[in-house]
Amino acid sequence: MAGLMLPSAVDAAIRAHGREAFPHECCGALLGREGIVHEAHPLPNTTEEGPRRRFLVRPGDYRGAEQRARETGLDLLGFYHSHPDHPARPSQYDLDHAWPSFSYVIVSVMAGQDQLLTSWRLKDDRSDFDQEPVGTIA
Amino acid sequence: MIKILIPTPLRPFTDKLDTVEVSGATVGELLQNLTTQYGGLKQHLFAADGKLRSFVNIYVNDDDIRYLQKEQTPVKAGDTVSIIPSVAGGSPSATAALPELSGDEVKRYSRHLIMPEVGVDGQRRLKAAKVLCIGAGGLGSPAAMYLAAAGVGTLGIVDFDVVDFSNLQRQIIHGTPDVGRAKLQSAKDRLNALNPNVHVETYDEALSSENAMRLFAPYDVILDGTDNFPTRYLVNDACVLSGKPNAYGSIFRFEGQASVFATKDGPCYRCLYPEPPPPGLVPSCAEGGVFGVLPGIIGVIQATETIKLILGIGEPLIGRFMIYDALRMRFRELKLRKDADCPVCGTHPTVTKLIDYEQFCGVAPHQVEAAKPVTTSADALTPLELKAEIDRGAAPVIVDVREPQEYQINRIAGSILIPLGDLPKRYVELEPNATIVMQCKSGMRSARAQEFLRSKGFTNVRNLTGGILGWIDHVDPSQPKY
Repeated sequence: MAGLMLPSAVDAAIRAHGREAFPHECCGALLGREGIVHEAHPLPNTTEEGPRRRFLVRPGDYRGAEQRARETGLDLLGFYHSHPDHPARPSQYDLDHAWPSFSYVIVSVMAGQDQLLTSWRLKDDRSDFDQEPVGTIA
Repeated sequence: MIKILIPTPLRPFTDKLDTVEVSGATVGELLQNLTTQYGGLKQHLFAADGKLRSFVNIYVNDDDIRYLQKEQTPVKAGDTVSIIPSVAGGSPSATAALPELSGDEVKRYSRHLIMPEVGVDGQRRLKAAKVLCIGAGGLGSPAAMYLAAAGVGTLGIVDFDVVDFSNLQRQIIHGTPDVGRAKLQSAKDRLNALNPNVHVETYDEALSSENAMRLFAPYDVILDGTDNFPTRYLVNDACVLSGKPNAYGSIFRFEGQASVFATKDGPCYRCLYPEPPPPGLVPSCAEGGVFGVLPGIIGVIQATETIKLILGIGEPLIGRFMIYDALRMRFRELKLRKDADCPVCGTHPTVTKLIDYEQFCGVAPHQVEAAKPVTTSADALTPLELKAEIDRGAAPVIVDVREPQEYQINRIAGSILIPLGDLPKRYVELEPNATIVMQCKSGMRSARAQEFLRSKGFTNVRNLTGGILGWIDHVDPSQPKY
């Protein structure tokens, strides 16, 4: 299993975004190389289904994230989002909308406080997610 | 051959190529050929029924094919086709997880279901929703009943009071046979009778800084039906800190107020009132009275806003402060702005956790429970002591500082009526060296009156412990209590 390495500053930025967006979901792109995230790039949550339970990255913002990766010489490793008042486990909805090979980082934000942060990858047959280890580096 | 740009997550299936050239005359043909060439792509682009997955966006040059001719969109040499992921997700309890309606529920809610603004999905949202009512009193009664009738799935009620005869004039969730019962039990029975599909959770405790965050956590909307400032600030701050909207209402005499506070971008109660009024300035309903039908209007406004928030419909009462005058039958609306300097929801909040709200509002803890004597020192005397003084012919001047209509209900024989509000201009009627006893309903207003007279140089002013209610309990049970 590949695993994802988060520098502590990136880990802190994702958590801060989750707290800031609470009670809504936050989302953003993860840029990096070879499993090490260099940058968590916050994106607007454009869902029209109620941002407490949903997030949506617009195609335009997705393109922007790919472009930013190209410009900085990094790869788009995946996306992060928060689960306000819910555990850091992917939902059926997350599974239905998942893309292969991406790392999906989920941070649980309970009553405004960030809690567990986990990362997940879609199984090849789309049947489920595999949890991948997350390491923090200085 | 047409160029297709492959997004990062699909490159493992295209031999890591970010651009693939494929032939075809329409987008549909291109994708067909693409997935034939790179078989691994198919399940990620197409659902089992062969349709393009909803979160797969196909662009021809800069245009989404949804706004062209979808998969029939023609392509020609020189065009660039891009596959662009919509990245979406969410927490578990969303539409997919919404509870189904039973046959009985479909019948019960049919007037909702036929309106597009509610519909089956909206009714399922209501069923999944959890609303916490703070208090089962004047506001909580109609609010909880309408929320239950409307099909809100879980209703929590926080209250520690007992039904009293004086509640029945407005607290319509309770009936005459309920007098003496816990309000929670009485309310639960009424709600269950109204709609057995509703799950009623009861919390037999006073809301406090210690329990508020825990009590709020499972709920989606908090409905503030409190009658005092410490709890009102506590509810507001806990709503801001836990990110839950506060369907606010308050009532006094003939006037009511309502708003929705503490939504993500909306103002909170403190944006309007950063600090409470000085203690005693605003009388409680027990002191000032309340028009019985008034909480019906305000509580139902709170319930209306709660349901709108759950359904996500209409224009919520966010950033607007509704003031209702029952005597003139007028609604006024004030615009409210979120205050960037707000101590709790501003950009640099100074209140980041719940504080001691009784201290904040300048109220001693036992005053909040109301109707209890505040002075027990040598500055006070008990009803029996007063009776003894009268009996031995040393009757003090008894000044009743209640309102005339209260005085009509019951009084101590020989007392003078000077309502608290008139005291500043009428205290000159009193002799500064006389032996004076101040008296009101329960001892709170008279304590303030006592303080006032002392500040004017009166030397011998005492306060009657327990007010007229104490007098009736201990000396003269023949008079009615209110």
